[in-house]
Amino acid sequence: MTDEKDMQFAAVLESLKDVPGPVMMAMQKAQDIYGYLPLEVQLKIADYFGVPLSTVYGIATFYSQFRLEQPGQIKIAVCLGTACYVKGSGGVIDKFSRLLSVEPGHTTSDGRFTLEATRCIGCCGLAPVLTVNGEVYGKVTEDSVDEILAKYNEA
Amino acid sequence: MKNVNLKVNGVPVTVPEGTRILDAAIKAGFNIPTLCYMKDLCNESSCRVCVVEIKNNRKLMTACSTVVAEGMEVLTNTPKVRASRKITLELMLSNHHKECLSCVRSGKCELQTLATEYGCDYAKYSGEMNDYNVDDATPYLVRDNNKCILCRRCVAVCNKVQTVGVIDAGNRGFATKIASPFGKSLNDVPCVACGQCINVCPTGALREKDSISEVEKLLADPSKTVIVGTAPSVRAALGEEFGYPIGTDTEGKMVAALKAIGFDKVFDVDMAADMTIMEEGTEFLGRLNNPNAVMPMITSCSAGWIRFIEYNYPELLPNLSSCKSPQQMFGAIMKTYYAEKMGLDPKNVAVVTIMPCIAKKFELTRDDQSAAGVPDIDASLTTRELARMIKNYGINFAKLDPKTEFDNPIGKGSTAGLIFGATGGVMEAALRTVAEVATGKTLDNIDFKAVRGTKGIKEATVTLNGKQINIAVASGLGNARKLMDEIKAGKSKYHFIEIMACPGGCVNGGGQPIVDSQTRNIVDVAKTRAGVLYKKDKKDVLRKSHENPIVKTLYKEYFGEPNSHKAHEVLHTTYVKRDRY
Repeated sequence: MTDEKDMQFAAVLESLKDVPGPVMMAMQKAQDIYGYLPLEVQLKIADYFGVPLSTVYGIATFYSQFRLEQPGQIKIAVCLGTACYVKGSGGVIDKFSRLLSVEPGHTTSDGRFTLEATRCIGCCGLAPVLTVNGEVYGKVTEDSVDEILAKYNEA
Repeated sequence: MKNVNLKVNGVPVTVPEGTRILDAAIKAGFNIPTLCYMKDLCNESSCRVCVVEIKNNRKLMTACSTVVAEGMEVLTNTPKVRASRKITLELMLSNHHKECLSCVRSGKCELQTLATEYGCDYAKYSGEMNDYNVDDATPYLVRDNNKCILCRRCVAVCNKVQTVGVIDAGNRGFATKIASPFGKSLNDVPCVACGQCINVCPTGALREKDSISEVEKLLADPSKTVIVGTAPSVRAALGEEFGYPIGTDTEGKMVAALKAIGFDKVFDVDMAADMTIMEEGTEFLGRLNNPNAVMPMITSCSAGWIRFIEYNYPELLPNLSSCKSPQQMFGAIMKTYYAEKMGLDPKNVAVVTIMPCIAKKFELTRDDQSAAGVPDIDASLTTRELARMIKNYGINFAKLDPKTEFDNPIGKGSTAGLIFGATGGVMEAALRTVAEVATGKTLDNIDFKAVRGTKGIKEATVTLNGKQINIAVASGLGNARKLMDEIKAGKSKYHFIEIMACPGGCVNGGGQPIVDSQTRNIVDVAKTRAGVLYKKDKKDVLRKSHENPIVKTLYKEYFGEPNSHKAHEVLHTTYVKRDRY
C-alpha cells in the first residue's frame, strides 16, 4: 500500500462522512484505489463509519464485484451467461482452472493470472466468449485455451 | 397512543397501534413459533416459521414483522399455515446435520421441538448439504455451522447488543454462512467470550467448550484434593435444567449434588466476592483520596468485560480495578491460605468452579493468575455443564436435600457477595462496605435500590463524608461502550462504575440454562433469576462483606489488611492491550 493511495483513500472517507449509507460507496472507491479490499482497508472503513468489520466483510463477500485478493497482472474473464454456457464456456473455464491451478474468482500463487467467471458481457453472437485484460476472444473452444495461454505466457 | 382492534383466531383483542401480530396473538392467548425472532433482539423475518393467514390477504404474512391494523382478522393455525411451516422446517432440516442423538442441545433445540410438533419428515428433501469445519480453537466456545439455520440471532446479539461485532453473514445463496471476517477462527478475532450468542442460538450450532472430562480427570486422581466453588448466580438458575420454574432457588440441592459427584470440598465463591469488595472498596477509597489517581474506577469482575476493554479501550486499562475476579481470588485463596492451613501442597490442590459464564474458561488461562506458582483455577464448568454432569451421574435432583450447607471452614459468603450475580450487585455490595468503612458508622439502610433492576445503564449519587460520589452501573457491552466513550471524551462525571458483560449481569450469563424464544417473549429471565438473589439478601443476617467472619479471619491470619503487600501478591492482577486483528 503506497502513501499516495492511502491519502486518496483518506480523502474518500472524509468525503463520505455525512453521506447516508456510506459503507458500500467507500468499499467501491477503495477497490478503485487499491484494486482489492484487504483486511486493513476494510478495517479502516469499518472503524471510520462505526460498523463491525464482520459486516463490511459480509458485504464484500455478498457482492461479486468486490475482491479480497490482489488481482493478477492478467485477468481472464470467462462469460458464463446463458448463451455462452450453452455453447460450452463451462468447459472452457474448467480448463483454465485446471491448467492454471486456480479456482474461478482467485489469482495464481505467482500473482500472474486472475481467473473470473462473468455474467453476460453482451456479445452473445460470439459465444462462447472471454476477455483477457479487456481483449475479447470469441467462439473459443477448450482447445483454444492452450493457444490463448501460450500467447500470454510468452509475453 | 391509539389502540387497534383486531381478531386473532376469532378472539377479539385490543393493542396499541404499531404492535406486531405476534404480540397481539400472545395477548389473545396464542403462541406463534419463531426461529429467528427473539424479543428485543432479532427481527430479521428470515426463518418464515411465524407465518399466519390474514383474512382477505392472498399471501401468508410473517407475524414477527407485520403490524396490526384495525379490523384485521388473523388466523394463526390454519391447514395452509401449518403446511407452510412444515415445508419451511423440512427445508431447514435438509441442510442441517441432524446429530440430535448426541447433540448437546437436544431437548432444548427450538428446531428439534418444532420439527417434532409439526410432524416433519427429517429426510423429506435430500440433496446437497454444506459441510463446514467446526471452529473449536477457542478455550471457551465451539461454533458448528453445520447446525446453523442462518437465523442471525447471534449476529444481532454480537453486533447490536454487545457491539463486539465479530460475526456476520458472509457469502450468498446456498454458500451463506455466519462467520468471522476473512474466514478467521473466533480465536483470532476480538471475540470477548461473553457467550450471549450461545444463549440465543435456536440450535446446537453454538455451545460452550466442554470441560467435564478435565474435571472428571481431576476427580479420578487420588493425589488431588478437589475443591469446587459455585458462583452466586448458578443457584438461581440450575433448577431450570431439572424442570423447576425460572426463579427457583436451588442452593442446597446444588451443594448436595456437588458432594454426590465427589468433590472433596464444596465452597461458595460468594466468600471470594466478599474479598473482592474488601480489596476493591479499599482501592476505591484510596483513589478517591488521591488527587492524582485515575478516575473513574471501573470494576473488574466480569471476564468478558475485561477482554472487551483490552481489545477496544486499552487506553482506559488504568481505570480498571487491579482486583482479580472472584473466581480467581477464590482459587488463589484456596491454593495459598487454605492449602497452607490444611498442610497441602498447592500442586495437589485442584480448584474447579461452577460459573454462569464461558469467559471464565478463558480467564483461568490468563497470565498473572497463579498466586501459588500454579494456576489459581484448574477448570471451570458452566451451569449447563454441571446439569449435564448431575444427570450423567444418575443423581435424582428432586430428592436432594434443599437444606444442604456449604462445607466449613470457609464455605459461606455474605449476601453482599451473593448479589454479585445481578447487575448492580457489585456496586451495592461495595457501597455497603465503603460507606461504613469510610464513615465508621453503621448504615441505617443498606438497600441501594437505585442500582437494582435490569435497565442497561443505572446511575446514582451517594454522599460519603460530605462528598458526593457519582456512580454508574452498566450491563451489556453496548451500554459499557457508551460509558467508555464518555470517559474518553472527558465528559464522564462518575467516580465508580460497575460493568457486567452480559445484559442483566451473571444471572443472564453465557453459561446459564438455555431459555427458548417462546419463554423469553413472556418472561424477563434476568429479572426473575435476580429475584432469587435479592430475596435471599432480604432475609439474611449477614449482608455486608466486611462483617463476614471468614473475611475477618483471612485478614487476621493471612493478609493483614486490605490492599496489603500480601493481598496485592495474591488477590490482584494486571491487564494487557490486545490487538483486534
